[in-house]
Amino acid sequence: MVQTKTQFGYRRHPDQDRAGAAAAEHPVVVVGAGPVGLSLAIDLAQRGQSVVLLDDADRIGEGSRAICFSKRSLEFWDRLGVGQRMVDKGVVWSVGKIFHGASQLYQFNLLPEEGHKRPAFINLQQFYAEAYLVDRVQELSGIDLRWRNKVTGLEQRNDHVLLTIETPDGPYRLHAGFVVACDGARSSLRQMVGAEFAGQVFEDQFLIADVKMTAAFPTERWFWFDPPFHAGRSALLHKQPDDIWRIDLQLHPDADPVVEKRPENVRPRIARMLGHDKFDFEWISLYKFQCRRMEKFLHGRVIFAGDAAHQVSPFGARGANSGLEDAENIAWKLDRVLRGSSPEALLESYHTERSAAADENIRESTRSTDFMAPVSQQEARLRKAVLSLAKETEFGKRMVNGGRLSVPSTYDTPLSTADRDAWRGGPRPGASMPDAPIAAASGQSMFLTEAFVGKGAQFTLLEFGNGAAIDAPEGVETIRIGGDDGLADTRGLAGARYDAEPGTAYLLRPDGYVAARFRHPTRPALDAALARAAGLNRGLS
Amino acid sequence: MTLSTSSNFVKPDDAFRAIVEAHRGLSDAQSADLDAALVLVLANHIGDIAVLNEAIALAKRRMLDASQQQQQQQQ
Repeated sequence: MVQTKTQFGYRRHPDQDRAGAAAAEHPVVVVGAGPVGLSLAIDLAQRGQSVVLLDDADRIGEGSRAICFSKRSLEFWDRLGVGQRMVDKGVVWSVGKIFHGASQLYQFNLLPEEGHKRPAFINLQQFYAEAYLVDRVQELSGIDLRWRNKVTGLEQRNDHVLLTIETPDGPYRLHAGFVVACDGARSSLRQMVGAEFAGQVFEDQFLIADVKMTAAFPTERWFWFDPPFHAGRSALLHKQPDDIWRIDLQLHPDADPVVEKRPENVRPRIARMLGHDKFDFEWISLYKFQCRRMEKFLHGRVIFAGDAAHQVSPFGARGANSGLEDAENIAWKLDRVLRGSSPEALLESYHTERSAAADENIRESTRSTDFMAPVSQQEARLRKAVLSLAKETEFGKRMVNGGRLSVPSTYDTPLSTADRDAWRGGPRPGASMPDAPIAAASGQSMFLTEAFVGKGAQFTLLEFGNGAAIDAPEGVETIRIGGDDGLADTRGLAGARYDAEPGTAYLLRPDGYVAARFRHPTRPALDAALARAAGLNRGLS
Repeated sequence: MTLSTSSNFVKPDDAFRAIVEAHRGLSDAQSADLDAALVLVLANHIGDIAVLNEAIALAKRRMLDASQQQQQQQQ
């Protein structure tokens, strides 16, 4: 943690000198400077919004916490200008191995095809991710990041939210057009709007340790059921930067957290796992978890994102990654609403899309957790059968659930225009854009996601060349592949991944999801699809 | 596909007997282990989640019927 700044100072803001009735007005206030709040603030600022970002602390938390960042998150961070730094520091991996006892059951590769700018995952301590995002925030004039500003009161008014904020200099008030609550699992804003946060509590406890050592393990995700060093439970090993290894051990439900957390009790377990004692602890933590979500992610002018809105079990890397997907989903919609280009009703699609994604993440991670910690004798018996069948059958291997890793959801959303043409493949409306290698006009290799970033992550028409360029609606950027003036699909992979024929066009949303696709788009069809995706014609179907 | 409940074996007694014999000599715990594995193997062979759900519903109706009978006897 030497080269990153993790301690920040409180600074008094002129807003605090105003009398109560003259509270400063801001179009959008983001609460919580974790990965989700920071990323959201950057996205909004890059779209031209002025953002106030409040955090009740003045330092970045310790420990690796959310270590696995997905390809989708990296592609989002590329748009925010921090992707490369994350990847340069992070540990790239795509292979996972599952062990039962001392023997390997099977291995999987999360990104078996080449030609993607970003890997399936990187491992990076959350504090690095946050520090890089804070650095990026400080490069942008549009973000006013205020440390040690704790929201203690919230009143919803017709056209704004009145926030009361506690600081070392005492309280002050702000008018916010919209508030986005990214204040984590114990969200105080969630309590202030009186929202329930119901779900399933898991009794098993997990111990996480960040261990410093040099080791020759490959950079893969290793998961054990019933390992020899930790009988009857499960264990997970991940490599991180700086020779730090992340170890998650499942404890017995009745284990005493205080006793378990003592280094002298953790050390022998890890020594048994590693086969040696030459390591130091960087961080030890214990956790229990719940799988739950808010019923509604929108409460008037207060919008909930990340752990504040939904919590999952940690197996599957679905916590921080789904929070980042929330951020990229709400950013462009809020930007359009604040500009008056789309009605406020567009924000409802945030709830529709991201609450369905939260349900999917909860379902997947609950299944993983139940597999790791069977709740009845018969469940344990079924798991035992799967693990033993996995040794000799392919179907058994695929039923072993040691965590299903985060992939972006495909949205069933009113913003999509249903397919009318025939498709044999490619991303359907509501799916995120797959990457592909292409060549710039100069002949230089690049990626499709880079072309999208280059166009400013706006509504973008991805065209596969066929004579004259399509007359795109106003405000829609174009990426043209093939044809005389276009980017070249030198390896044919872009065409293959998009099931393209000459004339094919995809309308991409500003978050890189497919809004509509056409074999031969007409201007009226594009206009209609754009209007639908921007929430402008909700009456039509 | 829907669940087939017509008789599919030429000799149903052979099928029943094969399952019975698989359990012969096993303790209850071992039998339960065997059943768990057998259910998974057969479910995968069916390979159709709708059919599996129908099969589960049909099998589960026995539990319901049994508990209703028990209640009626108690009344």
